[in-house]
Amino acid sequence: MTTLTLQRQPSMAWLGTLTRSREFSVFLALVILIAVTVAANPRFLSGQSIKDLLLNSSILVILAVGQAIVIVTKNVDLSVGSVLGLTAFATGKIFIALPDLPVIAMLVIGIAFGAVLGAINGALIAVAKVPALVVTLGTLYIFRGVDFAWAQGQQISPSDLPADFLALGAGTLLGFPYLALIALAVVMAFGLYLKNLRSGREFYAIGSDVQAARLYGIRVGRKVFSAFAISGALAGLAGVIYAAKYGNLDATAGQGLELNVVAAAVVGGVAIAGGVGTVYGAALGALLLTTITSALPVLGVSPFWQRAMIGVLILASIVLDRYLALRTERRLRGHDSHAG
Amino acid sequence: MLVDTAPPAAETRRTPRFGFLRSWDTAIILALVASIIVASMTVSGFATSRNVGFLLIDVIPVLLLALPMTLIIVTGEIDLSVASIAGFVSCVFGALWNSGMPMETIIPLCIVLGAVSGALNGFLVSVVGLPSLAVTIGTLALYRGLAFVVLGDQAVTSFPRAITTGLQAKIGSTGIPVWILPVILLVIIFGVALHFTGFGRSLFAIGYSVDAARFSGIGVARTKFWLFVISGTVAALVGVWWTLRYGSARGDNATGLELSVIAAVLLGGVSIFGGKGTLPGVIAGVGLLAILRNALQLASVPEDTLSMLTGGLLILAVVAPNAITWIRSLSRKASTT
Repeated sequence: MTTLTLQRQPSMAWLGTLTRSREFSVFLALVILIAVTVAANPRFLSGQSIKDLLLNSSILVILAVGQAIVIVTKNVDLSVGSVLGLTAFATGKIFIALPDLPVIAMLVIGIAFGAVLGAINGALIAVAKVPALVVTLGTLYIFRGVDFAWAQGQQISPSDLPADFLALGAGTLLGFPYLALIALAVVMAFGLYLKNLRSGREFYAIGSDVQAARLYGIRVGRKVFSAFAISGALAGLAGVIYAAKYGNLDATAGQGLELNVVAAAVVGGVAIAGGVGTVYGAALGALLLTTITSALPVLGVSPFWQRAMIGVLILASIVLDRYLALRTERRLRGHDSHAG
Repeated sequence: MLVDTAPPAAETRRTPRFGFLRSWDTAIILALVASIIVASMTVSGFATSRNVGFLLIDVIPVLLLALPMTLIIVTGEIDLSVASIAGFVSCVFGALWNSGMPMETIIPLCIVLGAVSGALNGFLVSVVGLPSLAVTIGTLALYRGLAFVVLGDQAVTSFPRAITTGLQAKIGSTGIPVWILPVILLVIIFGVALHFTGFGRSLFAIGYSVDAARFSGIGVARTKFWLFVISGTVAALVGVWWTLRYGSARGDNATGLELSVIAAVLLGGVSIFGGKGTLPGVIAGVGLLAILRNALQLASVPEDTLSMLTGGLLILAVVAPNAITWIRSLSRKASTT
């Protein structure tokens, strides 16, 4: 029997693992949603609307990747919407001051600026050892307040921004929007990092069991700090992209976005209790939430249902996680009794 | 291990008046008194009966929501959905009023709706065993969404003026609104329940150590369930109050209010990890934020500074205890060497 399993494993195991994975179930939900919507209106799958979908989801995908890393360490970052807003406004201001700044330099500045804001969160959490929920709730107010104080009701319009920067927001490469390609690069880079590098695995170790991680020699404070710096840097990147995509900027950019970001990660299978989940799942979660938004009008459902459905999805995801965790626990216990 | 840690744990819990957190409450109460004195002396128009009336009426929603929130955070849980429940109830209130139902029927229905909404939170947290942070992020979105499903982007504003202005009635010429009295009664009920009853002690026990609470025979799941029901019920009261006070039922009523409530509760010295906190501290936290806001608004300080101030105080509230413990341990080290 052992040989039989061994023989069958190479051919079938990957399929079993794939279909059992949380990412797969989110992917399946996405496929079903798209299939149903296409049945209602075939134009939903036209080239243009796919492009819109990718374009609309890229900001949420980038933010969800950062959030996933933070949640994996058993923390949460509620300040991402404010970091995005502040960076987006800063982007406009910088371009007004330096119209000839290359786009790539602006991206780097945005990432660095976001990383600094994230580092403020990280330092408060890691050094002062206070809960992330409270700290990022505080910086949500503070960063937004700075944004309002800076903007003073002022608005930045697309005419203030260089044309090649706006082209980043609207342009495509081989039919793919630049923004979607940037989001894809972020997902792949952090996906590979978290899965394959020791430094990436350490985030999971902290989220699963802080004490064990500490005993193992992981510098927990430094690692949590870096998770928040990464989340801030990605929110900074998202802020620059937001500026490129919308062009019209005031101090309210990204307000209330934190809920959708946390929702995307949770729906994508990143357990709020830490230690579980992937950035691929979070990205799929973001894609699913965005697709729902554009599918509702096509399906003839009032767009007012959107937020309620996001709520139902979050609840369904955490109930599913709980169910799966209990099942695994039972199975492990079953094995234990056999061994004993 | 459990036996080793239990005695000191029980000791620190039984003598909170000598612990640091007690003095944090005292600090916030003193800060409240100081801010009242400074504002009365420096901000013109602050210490008028008209302004005090506004201040007390405006503080009612946060004050009400802070009561069950304190109890919930003391047990180590959180309820982020309160403002969404208030918004949902507000919309249902408006829709029922539009349908011609009398006020005497609508209000009880709305309160039942709030209790049921809270019961869903409570069920998912205590029976299914899910983390309340995740559950109430979900129901925050769900109830806010349902609010918009009920009324869309419409607003119901056809409430009788007699009622909407009646809510602002003052006690004689004092400027004190009549409706602050039942609110104070509720504050007292919650305060007594938390600090002078076995029920209150069981909440601290749950927040301090769920296992220990369970071993000592406390029905942890049942207690948490009812706390969320109470929270939903109070949120419904706030929803009704909000609707009539502003004479408008809208999907975005009370949006973001949960953040102000949590900020006030934590500023009042309640530990986000549970097990520690006092209701007088929370009342002082609510009052301090409200007075700072009001005084700075009167002094025409812009809105953005106020939101930075809220955030800054919130962070200060969590960082300061650790910073002070750290400084104390440093000075202790210095004195022993």
